[in-house]
Amino acid sequence: MKFKYEIEGGNFSKAGNASSAVKKILKQLNVPPAIIKKLVVALYEGEVNVVAHAWNGCIHVDIEADRIFVSIEDEGPGIPDIEQAMQEGYSTASQAVREMGFGAGMGLPNMKKNADYLNVKSEVGKGTTVEIITFLK
Amino acid sequence: MTVNDIVGKLNLTVFGGDKGLNREITGGYVSDLLSDVMGNASEGEVWVTLQTHKNVMAVASLKDVSAVILVKGLKPDEDMLAQSNEEDIPVLGTEMETFELAGQLYGLIKNR
Repeated sequence: MKFKYEIEGGNFSKAGNASSAVKKILKQLNVPPAIIKKLVVALYEGEVNVVAHAWNGCIHVDIEADRIFVSIEDEGPGIPDIEQAMQEGYSTASQAVREMGFGAGMGLPNMKKNADYLNVKSEVGKGTTVEIITFLK
Repeated sequence: MTVNDIVGKLNLTVFGGDKGLNREITGGYVSDLLSDVMGNASEGEVWVTLQTHKNVMAVASLKDVSAVILVKGLKPDEDMLAQSNEEDIPVLGTEMETFELAGQLYGLIKNR
């Protein structure tokens, strides 16, 4: 089963809408609550990263019998040094975004903690793709 | 203990999300960093913060917290309030500072 949700870069008033939609679907499909809770953390962080840094993006969700595959793709500035971006506390967020309580450098680390598999691909000036796999069994 | 119980005991203002006042409280979490709450708060906890924008409700809803308490007399932005009512997650307020409120809340929940 495949779903796709658009994310608007820069629009914080809609941040979380895509994650919320995915959460509802996972609930309807009777995915165990513990798995939903973890995946929702990763989804939301990924969604906020697109809103905070990229121009636009989308979330693809592919639900299979034994796993959930999520891909968060954006068109944006990209990440020059992924290893650095993965470090807890490292952030390039603007002051305005930090004042809202985002940009504490916890996004990607939170995603890693809550995914069974995480892969980040990025091209500077073009965009970033984050792949997440959560195993259901 | 329900949200309504702590509203009465701590004399909190109810800004919105009235339909969620019967939600059960399992604990509390204090933070103004949204990713921290996202990563560490648990379902059923009361979230104490000074953030007053709409994204607070997105996090509150995704994490299934039982209520949000704004400290120091802060009031929710209009769109935060609207989403509180939509999600039935109460947004409460107090004149107390975070330290004092958290202390009183801890006392109530611990002695439950």
